Amino acid sequence: MLILLLGIIFLHISALVLLFVSTTVSVSKTLWIQVVQALMILSIIFSFLSLLLFFCQLFTLPKGGRFIPTGIFQILASLFVMSGAIIYTLMSPDWVNVGNSFGYAYILAWVAFPLALISGLIYAVLRKRE
Amino acid sequence: MLRVLALASVVLLGIAPQASQAITVYTSWERHALVGSDIRLSCSFFSWRFVSEDVSFTWRYRPDGSRDSISIAHYAGGEAYTDNKGAFKDRVEFVGNPKRRDGSILIKNLDFSDNGTFTCDAKNPPDIVGRPSSVRLLVFETLPIQAGVITGAIIGVVLGLLVLIVVIYYLMRFLVARRVFSLNVSRNVEGPQLSILP
Repeated sequence: MLILLLGIIFLHISALVLLFVSTTVSVSKTLWIQVVQALMILSIIFSFLSLLLFFCQLFTLPKGGRFIPTGIFQILASLFVMSGAIIYTLMSPDWVNVGNSFGYAYILAWVAFPLALISGLIYAVLRKRE
Repeated sequence: MLRVLALASVVLLGIAPQASQAITVYTSWERHALVGSDIRLSCSFFSWRFVSEDVSFTWRYRPDGSRDSISIAHYAGGEAYTDNKGAFKDRVEFVGNPKRRDGSILIKNLDFSDNGTFTCDAKNPPDIVGRPSSVRLLVFETLPIQAGVITGAIIGVVLGLLVLIVVIYYLMRFLVARRVFSLNVSRNVEGPQLSILP
């Protein structure tokens, strides 16, 4: 049980760290870049809130209860990062030269998305024991 | 001691008006406008003296990247004179009220060549010592969105919705609990009454 808990927390925090690293906050005037930035920042905020909720619920949830709000927030965070990555993929050919490939931040964002999704689903399915 | 104070205050009162006889001119720092629109450049001044009959305003224009400035508007002796030869011919109008210390001008039909610095110099005789003030004009094709506004707006809206949903959820729970509580109370109150009636 403890191993499972630690594993989930590790998954969650690694998703959060990836999100942090992949969010470059540089002020720009183009519309879609600002939307992508907003979505990335929102996904970080929601992932962080979900972590807080997890610790709250760990102590207040009755036995056998599910971590539904935690899971919802984490799944929302994964959806935000997915939307941000999709918009960036679609709009970047106009912005970046065809020769340049995507940077590491882009790859990290795409890795963070399934991590956040899986951890969110686990939270939704997990039941509190002991 | 008192005598020294009295002497000092008399000396200061004598000096102070001369020291403060400087005129301060105020304009905006920077103005943004669209091509083809009109813009009102405001100029005002502060002076310790009342507005005199010989109050004067002079507006100069210096294009970006140039060192020379050219006069485009002048108000003196109750009359306003505007550019009738240069780039601002028939486009600049003096719309200020000098008696109220307002020396604003109106420039019509802006173009990209109007980008530059406009300097206002106001004089209120005998208050003539002062620095002119400049306003920078930027002419755009479309007004740019302030950087970061959209990011902030999206984040604000989503977080606001979140707070709203949480508040509504707890409100509904509270209301439902109260309704259940009041139903239970009324049932307990009716019970004894029914038993009293035959």
